[in-house]
Amino acid sequence: MAELWQTYGIWTATTLAYTLLVVVGLLLAVAYLTYAERKVMGAMQRRQGPMTVGPFGLLQPIADGLKLFSKETIIPSGANRPVFLAAPMVLFSLALVAWVVIPFDKDWVLANINVGILYLFAISSMGVYGVIMAGWASNSRYAFLGALRSASQMVSYEVSMGLIIVCVILCSGSLNLQEIVLAPRPLWMQILLFPMFIVFLISILAETNRAPFDLPEGESEITGGFMVEYSAMAFALFFLGEYANMILMSAIATTLFLGGWLPPFGLSFLAFVPGIIWFALKVCSVLFFFIWARATLPRFRYDQLMRLGWKIFLPLTLFWVILTAGVLIVFDALPG
Amino acid sequence: MASQEFLIQYLPILLFMAVAVGMSVVMVLGSLLFGKQNPDPEKLSAYECGFDAFSDSRNKFDVRFYLVTLLFIIFDLEIAFLFPWAVALGKIGMFGFFSMVIFLGILTVGFIYEWKKGALDWE
Repeated sequence: MAELWQTYGIWTATTLAYTLLVVVGLLLAVAYLTYAERKVMGAMQRRQGPMTVGPFGLLQPIADGLKLFSKETIIPSGANRPVFLAAPMVLFSLALVAWVVIPFDKDWVLANINVGILYLFAISSMGVYGVIMAGWASNSRYAFLGALRSASQMVSYEVSMGLIIVCVILCSGSLNLQEIVLAPRPLWMQILLFPMFIVFLISILAETNRAPFDLPEGESEITGGFMVEYSAMAFALFFLGEYANMILMSAIATTLFLGGWLPPFGLSFLAFVPGIIWFALKVCSVLFFFIWARATLPRFRYDQLMRLGWKIFLPLTLFWVILTAGVLIVFDALPG
Repeated sequence: MASQEFLIQYLPILLFMAVAVGMSVVMVLGSLLFGKQNPDPEKLSAYECGFDAFSDSRNKFDVRFYLVTLLFIIFDLEIAFLFPWAVALGKIGMFGFFSMVIFLGILTVGFIYEWKKGALDWE
């Protein structure tokens, strides 16, 4: 027994400690992302944003969390209770679980599995289940419509995201996220991948149901979409899950296109700065793009959204996969 | 032993899942227990902008949502084929490349057919 503890116990305990560290850090990041969003949008609209709770309103997210925790959890009489309560848990857990394979720095990754990007793809596509469960279990028209819209939108943009990921894999020759970051990427390859980066940024807006693609919520027409019947902590979990998903998608974009924890533009004299700081800065800049898009762009119509996904992004990314593969073969630059 | 080493890489995922699920359950149940619960029939009825709900909301819906998910299955399956191809392209070379071009060509024919039939239109 002691021997078993020696081999597995200590390892499990340290992994558990790291896991808690990541989860707590992530929850803090989510809390302050909501704060940052309100502040940045305030600045863009020439307002101040939250200023009352704490210095510069810094304690506002904590106050919001406590308020939501103490509210009444309303379960509609027509709802399917277990599914209704399970839906936010599914969405929130999935948003957290994906972080296990993200490399924060060299070898700073909880599970360095060799199919990391496949794992991410699988986990992020399961988010649809939470939405469908919420919309169906609420037994409300708005929730049902919102869930249908959200599910169609998420699966539509997932197709082009998958094809973009295939382009990146072609250039790096590995499914492991660390190897994708470390794979050499000369300038011509970066230029080849740049249009895909733009398409990826737009797709993650649609994938996380953010403005200008926030039709599933569409508060002016379907009053909150699939979460219309939720209150208290069940609602808070949807909210936290959405923001955790935003950070996750930014982290994926950083890992695939922006060089993860490496210094930007290959400036090697900046390598003395710890990698995690570069990683965080890059994630923050992608998140800033999310907030910027929300503050400036009007909402799309649903037919426009579907046309963009199926008639523009899908043919473009499909063509780009063939183009990337062709260029790599012609210049004999395929890895492996 | 080698397979054990391989599996142990996946143990953190299991631990992380346990932590994530545990955390969400604790948060929702904690709020259910500590928050003041004061239900009444009007509050618990489905929200429909002040009206009483006319009927059960789980009824017919637009067939296009169904169509989109069907198309999604086809294209997602295709991407599942592309992943191993993309990793191994350096080893399978020209033969592998043109096999996939033919496969994607057939798929594109189907895609054009869908487009012309109007399956992608939302008017």
